[in-house]
Amino acid sequence: MEDFDDVVQEFLVESYENLDQLDQDLVALERDPTARDRLASVFRTIHTIKGTSGFLAFAKLEQVTHAGESLLARLRDGAQVLDRRGADVLLRVVDIVRALLAQIERDGQEGEMDIRSVIVEVEACITGEGAPAPLPAADSAAKAESKSETEPAKSEASAPAETPAEPVADAPAAVDTPAAAPTADAAKTADAAPMEEPASRRGVADTSVRVDVELLDKLMRLVGELVLTRNQMVRATEHNGDHTLSRAAQRLNIITSELQEGVMKTRMQPISHLWSKLPRVVRDLSNSLGRQVRLELEGAETELDRSLLEAVKDPLTHLVRNAVDHGLEAPEDRVKAGKPAEGTLTLRAYHEHGHVVVEVADDGKGVDPKLIGATAVKRGLLTETQVAAMDPDDVLRLVFRPGFSTAAKVSNVSGRGVGMDVVRTNLEAIGGAVDLRSVVGKGTTWRLTIPLTLAIVQALIVESGGERYVLPQMSVRELVSVEGQTSARIEYVSGAPVCRLRGRLLPLVRLNEALGGPAERPEENGEAIYIAVLNGEGHEFGLVVDRVLTTEEVVVKPLASHLKDVGCYAGATILGDGRVSLILDVLALARNAHLGSAERAAAAAAALAEAAAALRGESRDRLLVTRVSDRRVAIPLSMVTRLEEFPVTAIERVGSREVVQYRGAILPLLRLSGLLGSWSEDVSDTVPAVVYSSGGHSVALAVDGILDIVDDTAPHGPADGDGLSGSTVIDDKVTELLDMRRAIMAADPDFDLPEYETPDYLVEAS
Amino acid sequence: MSTYRYATFEVAGQLFGLEVGEVQEVLAFSEYTPVPLAPGHVGGLFNLRGQVIAALDLRVRLGEPRVDRAGPAMNVIVRTDEESVSLLVDRIGDVVELDDTAAEPVPDTLSGPARELITAAYPLADRLMLALDARAAVRGEAA
Repeated sequence: MEDFDDVVQEFLVESYENLDQLDQDLVALERDPTARDRLASVFRTIHTIKGTSGFLAFAKLEQVTHAGESLLARLRDGAQVLDRRGADVLLRVVDIVRALLAQIERDGQEGEMDIRSVIVEVEACITGEGAPAPLPAADSAAKAESKSETEPAKSEASAPAETPAEPVADAPAAVDTPAAAPTADAAKTADAAPMEEPASRRGVADTSVRVDVELLDKLMRLVGELVLTRNQMVRATEHNGDHTLSRAAQRLNIITSELQEGVMKTRMQPISHLWSKLPRVVRDLSNSLGRQVRLELEGAETELDRSLLEAVKDPLTHLVRNAVDHGLEAPEDRVKAGKPAEGTLTLRAYHEHGHVVVEVADDGKGVDPKLIGATAVKRGLLTETQVAAMDPDDVLRLVFRPGFSTAAKVSNVSGRGVGMDVVRTNLEAIGGAVDLRSVVGKGTTWRLTIPLTLAIVQALIVESGGERYVLPQMSVRELVSVEGQTSARIEYVSGAPVCRLRGRLLPLVRLNEALGGPAERPEENGEAIYIAVLNGEGHEFGLVVDRVLTTEEVVVKPLASHLKDVGCYAGATILGDGRVSLILDVLALARNAHLGSAERAAAAAAALAEAAAALRGESRDRLLVTRVSDRRVAIPLSMVTRLEEFPVTAIERVGSREVVQYRGAILPLLRLSGLLGSWSEDVSDTVPAVVYSSGGHSVALAVDGILDIVDDTAPHGPADGDGLSGSTVIDDKVTELLDMRRAIMAADPDFDLPEYETPDYLVEAS
Repeated sequence: MSTYRYATFEVAGQLFGLEVGEVQEVLAFSEYTPVPLAPGHVGGLFNLRGQVIAALDLRVRLGEPRVDRAGPAMNVIVRTDEESVSLLVDRIGDVVELDDTAAEPVPDTLSGPARELITAAYPLADRLMLALDARAAVRGEAA
């Protein structure tokens, strides 16, 4: 029913607007009855209302407009010329239509309004009969309704000869009085109804305005300018002692943000616009494939910029089709697997720190990383050693590579290998991202991250070769500082720079060189450099820059046509100090870097795989030694994603558990001292923690100190206590080995700890 | 017979003119953001009241070697249908009013990249002014 109401609302808004135009057109037509385009426009409007009202079963509206249309058709065809009488009659039709619309808007019904008299008038006008003077004017509404159709016809017949002789010239004089009366009469009918509930609710036409999209785009651009000016203003007042000015800047800051939000909202449309088509898609598809699918939609009211809505339409449809075709199993297979025959496909949309996230989740068979890996090898995308060295999550992400399809058989639905890479390309083109999580046998969740708007992006400002460049924050995964003798060091594999990052080899691109600058290695002179770990085309790579400056909201300006062919830049922007800066196209950088020299890249890839495989073995044998009260506890380095220090004040409680807010998510925090049954007496302001992440989930294990990273060479002794998997001797001290699996599950029992991350899998794979 | 007004400017010792209707404004600007990997005639980007404008070095466009401009460079900003583009010139001259009958065909001796940018030659009292084709001058092809 709600949908129907929407349709009616839309019909009302549209019709009101068209009627206003009609009034003008009719008056203009009366003056110049030969203006064919106006006539055509009037005809179209009446015709449209007639068609829609017929469809919506508003019978009276349909009858009135039908009558009006018949007269207009004659005018249009030249069978009749619009005279004053005709114009009066048509205007009256417009008034009645408006009155009916108002009635419909109030209670959804057409009510008891009299329409007979106006139809009679129109008919009289068509037949050119004399003005049925007494009839419409004198008739009360109630009487006209009850009258039979034959009566007006009769009365017309009785007085035919008076005017038709010279209808055009004389008509105005002849119909003067009767015409005035019905108009006034109709106006009364039209006005009477709305008067009854004054101001009780505003009409649709009063609460919504149609605005040209171009105007909205212009507003958006202007707000963009304002954001820039605001940034400059705020920067200028930062170091200025003038309090009045600072306060003004502060207010400007707030107002601009609110304005920006408001203007952005005008371009927003709920994602239900996209989703409305999906139930049908799913139904048809599941029928043709013999699947039973229940589609659940959550967060349909989540809003997105309309241009972005358009951009994610195809990727989303593709993912839904893919889920029905490949994700969900046939009913009999599902029953065999102990699942209900009916599969569930859930679409979920929600906001998450400045982005809209759309998830497409099925409870089907899941994606097996081993299968993906095998397919990648078969397709010649990677070698077996390369796959073995990869993180299982990264293996899954291979499906986003061009030319990749795991479908055992190609169907007409999906599985031609042109799917997921297109999804990824489409998303990345609008500054978004796509990722997936999957548990074999349980299901797959595709996650689309979409920026709220295209025009303004959160950006990281970096410096290279003395110039500042802008990286979209969306593509930056993390920042690594390379300074002196830290653990992160730039190494060379067959001449290609790489960096070891948590047991993986990250290919590096030096921004300076990528932009045609001289080959420099400032880090070898002891200078600090930074690596921005970026995500492009499904690969991760590190961009080496001289400095990382700040993050800022920037407005994306299109590139001058001269620079489009350069290909490294996604646009330009103006920074807070007024200088122009180039926005780097991360995808193009990744592509260009690989294009550099095909042979070298191939050689490097092979060497890289070898090195990575070796490293993987090595990292399995490296341990992070931590202090937990007075004990030394070692954690396999391969199970460490990050080391963090949380302020004590940031630790909050959820039920009996401790959590911290971390990168916009809630991170369960487990104190290892608690798990291992020691009492920590440390009182300090910060808590060091070991963060482990997998498949988008993270847990933090709080320790009392990080001591060392060592090679695990000594033999292991037996475990002595709960939560431990053994003990060894490191630096002449007994060090206990943490049962990482146990600790993670203790921190978050729901953690999807993939089977294949246990050491067994590693042994098996290598 | 009709008259045209030309904004004149000097590049590499030669006087050029653009019809005033095609010139949005003329201004001096000193800070340009370099664009690595861009064609040689792209002098850089600058911020003109919130618009990012590409400055094209008319010297390079005309086939002359690039020179380092010390201090602010003069920009002749040309408005096309799609965007505004700046032409970097050496010196700004006067606005001159010219009769279209005074136009002479482009001398045959003129060759090189300059040839396609020039629509006509006008002999002024003391020197020759070459009328630039604004569209050709701001078009993207590398000189």
